[in-house]
Order: sequence, then structure tokens, then C-alpha cells
Amino acid sequence: MTTAAPIEKKSLRFKARSFVAFALTPEAPISDWLHRLDRWTANSPGFFEGRPVVLDLSLLKPGSNDVTALVSQLSQRRIRVYAIEAAGVEDLGPDLPPLLIGAKETLIEDIERTSQALDAPQTGELPKPDTKIIDQPIRSGQSIFHPHGDVVVLGSVGSGSEIIAGGSIHIYGTLRGRAFAGASGCESARIFCRRNEAELLAVDGWYRTADDIEPSSRGRPIQAYLDNGVLWVTALD
Amino acid sequence: MAKVVVVTSGKGGVGKTTSTAALGAALAQSGKRVAVVDFDVGLRNLDLVMGAERRVVFDLINVTQGVANLSQALIRDKRIDSLFLLPASQTRDKDALSEEGVAKVIAELREKFDYVLCDSPAGIERGAQLAMRFADEAVIVTNPEVSSVRDSDRIIGLLDSRTLRAEKGESLAKHVLITRYDAARAARGEMLTIDDVLDILSTPLLGIIPENEGVLRSSNVGSPVTLNEPNNVAARAYIEAARRLQGEDVPLVLPAERKGFLDRLFGRRAA
Repeated sequence: MTTAAPIEKKSLRFKARSFVAFALTPEAPISDWLHRLDRWTANSPGFFEGRPVVLDLSLLKPGSNDVTALVSQLSQRRIRVYAIEAAGVEDLGPDLPPLLIGAKETLIEDIERTSQALDAPQTGELPKPDTKIIDQPIRSGQSIFHPHGDVVVLGSVGSGSEIIAGGSIHIYGTLRGRAFAGASGCESARIFCRRNEAELLAVDGWYRTADDIEPSSRGRPIQAYLDNGVLWVTALD
Repeated sequence: MAKVVVVTSGKGGVGKTTSTAALGAALAQSGKRVAVVDFDVGLRNLDLVMGAERRVVFDLINVTQGVANLSQALIRDKRIDSLFLLPASQTRDKDALSEEGVAKVIAELREKFDYVLCDSPAGIERGAQLAMRFADEAVIVTNPEVSSVRDSDRIIGLLDSRTLRAEKGESLAKHVLITRYDAARAARGEMLTIDDVLDILSTPLLGIIPENEGVLRSSNVGSPVTLNEPNNVAARAYIEAARRLQGEDVPLVLPAERKGFLDRLFGRRAA
């Protein structure tokens, strides 16, 4: 049987995305640091043009007035600060860019190389297929995050756990937790499982909770996929 | 070679302490040297269930901090010579436990005993993580209901990631012990079935302990049920579980509902 009904309720669309930003870490004294910055940008004019810049205040630890002054100093240099990273600071007020947490280091060379590879496929360097295979059950409370590729789980996915994949998700046991496929913006991603007891299914940000999934698909092998912005859940048997 | 077994569950009130006492006593009854260790610092109960609360002088915290020797803190059971209790401290909290201190105590216990049973506190925080930290095996106590099973699933995830064995890439044997199983309620579909529980946890079964008033009765008089009422169905189930824990192959029988002659004649009364 392969019947399914589209969701009637309009649901909200949200998804997680990661971007690469340049973090500037000013040091005291600030006038010296600005001087060094000016010298550096004189050598590479236009480096910050159109690039998102995050202000990392972990070394400087300034007061909020100083932050305002620093942001305007940078904008005079055509460096637009789109977020601020400052440990231990709760709120900077509405006039300043928002606070960011959970930063990860990344290599700029890596990104440039990847984008070159994508721009120029004739060089013969194809990106490697990246599938994550998990041969153990996913337990409650575990979170599997695999932003670039498919996730294959040979066991079951427990209630209260989640899988977030850039590509498709294949589960050969029972899915009792939450599955987010196509999480980096891939609407052709799908979710497959041998037995559907899911708490939530999502593809490219479109989601359905257990309450919105047809009861007829519970306990059965299913796939979930997007068609014209509607998340379909259909039985595979 | 001593085996360190953590008795854990995630959820509270499912029968960790009762099961630690019953399994510990059953292992000792079969001739093994057994230490049961209460890790529930601040909310100690194992001493009560073992009937040793009036003989506690030193506790686990004292030993980890070097205030007392292990031999001073261990309390020998009055009924079985080879059963010992290391009580928790009631006046401290879990922050008083240090990983180095626990490592030292467990290493010392390993030299003296065949089995070291660690009674874990509920939850997934520091106390529970230190109780499982040095374990070779784990008994996961679960009631056949959804919240208990989900919490057990969470604990199994921690056992596979936060124990020393897991971090070294070695295997840690895990067993599910289903307690408070009520055959009549399961037959009416009011509880998860054994198959449901095992399907969700995908972990081997150590035993099924039927719901039985003898268990609470024994706890209240301070005696593990396997000692107090050895012929009780729950006690027999614990004794068989202890034999399986030692690697024996004991066939598992689902506790059936016993129907008396009158019950059969008139049907069951509503529970």
C-alpha cells in the first residue's frame, strides 16, 4: 500500500545551517591593534569586503561602551561585524550585533580548496562520498550529527535520540527517535526505516511530529520524502 | 579475578538497591566472596535493606579520602560470612566522591572479593557515572513501563561511552533485569511485554523478577529476599539471575499468573 495524505496544516520551516565567518580577536591596547589592522588591510585591500566578521572579545574583555566604540571603528574601516563572541556576557543590548556561542575552529585553506574543487570540477578532484555507518543501536539522549552525507544505522534509534544528516537517513531497525534528513538544505534527501515509531520526521526543514503522521504508517516500514514542499510519509510494504 | 558489576537504571524507584542486595546475597549464598557498595552518597539505603544500619562506623567517602581503611569500613553480614557491605555516607553529597578515590577503593576491593556489586544512585549525573566508571559488567534494572525503559536506554548509552572499559575500547557485558513484572497486568496489556522491553533495549535478559509483596516485606525487616524468603517466587528468580550472572545457562521461564481453583471457577476479581 502506498497511500499518504499531505499535511493540511501549514507548518513552520526552520533548519540549522552553518556558515564560515572570520573571527577578529582584538587585543589591548586597542589603538595599537587598530593600527596593526590598518597596516594589514593596506596590504590586502578589500579582504573583508562582503565577508561576515565575528568579533571575538575573549582577549579584550571590554565594557559595553567600548564594544560600541570598537564596532563603529571597524565599520569606518568597512568591516561589518555581524555577531559578537564574548564568554560570560549575557546580553549586549539591542544596538549591538547579537551574541554567538558554540564556535568551532576551521581552516581557511580547507574551505578555499573545497570551493575551488566545486568551482572547477575539471581538475578531477571529486569530493569523496561521505556516508556514516553506525552498527550499534542509537540510545536515548544520543545525537548523531553528520552534516555532509548519508547516515546508515543498522540497529534501532531509541526514543529521545536524534539523527541529523546532510543527506538521507537509512535505519534498518526501529526508528523511535527523531530523524532530520537533508539538514544542510537538501530537499531530495529521504528517510527510510524498517519500522516507524518516530517522534519526528524532517526533510530539509519540513517536519511532521508523531501526532501529524498517519497512524496507519506506525509500526511499518516507511519512507519520508519531500514533494512540492509537502512531507510525505508512505509505507514501503 | 574479581568482577565489578554496576547495578544501574537511570530512573529511581525501580529496584536497584533491592536487586543489589538480593543478587549480592544470592552470589554469596553460592559460596562467592561478595562486596556490595552503596554509591548513593547522601541518600543511602543499602544498609537498611541489608539490615546493617546499626553497625555503620566508616563509609565509602571516609575510605576514598583516606580517613579509614577499607577493612574498617566493610561490614560483614551476620547471616552469610562471605557477604560484605561498604555503606555510603548519609551526611555528604555526591561531590565528595573523587574519581581517583573511587578507583583506589575499587582496586582494593578487586583484590579481596570475587564480586563487587556497585549500587548506583538514580540519575545520570556524577554519582551514577562514578558508580559505573570502573565496572566490568552492568545489570540494568528496568520496570516494564515506558519511562523506565527509555531511561534504561539512556543509561546503556552512557555505559557504552563513559565507562573506563568503553573508553579503552573493551567490551562491557550488559544484562537487563526486569523487576516488578506483573503477569496479570501484562496479559491485560497494561504493561510493556518482555519482548517490547528487549526489543527497545536490544540487550540480553538476566532475569524477570515478578511483582511480589515478599520483596517489600524482606526489605522492611532488613534482609535480602533471597535470604529472608528463599522459596518466594521473586527470591527464586533472583537466585536464578545470580546464577546466570556467573555464566551458568539457566533456562528462563516467564512468570505465569497462578490461578487458584476458585479463580478459575469465578474468573479473576478486578485488581
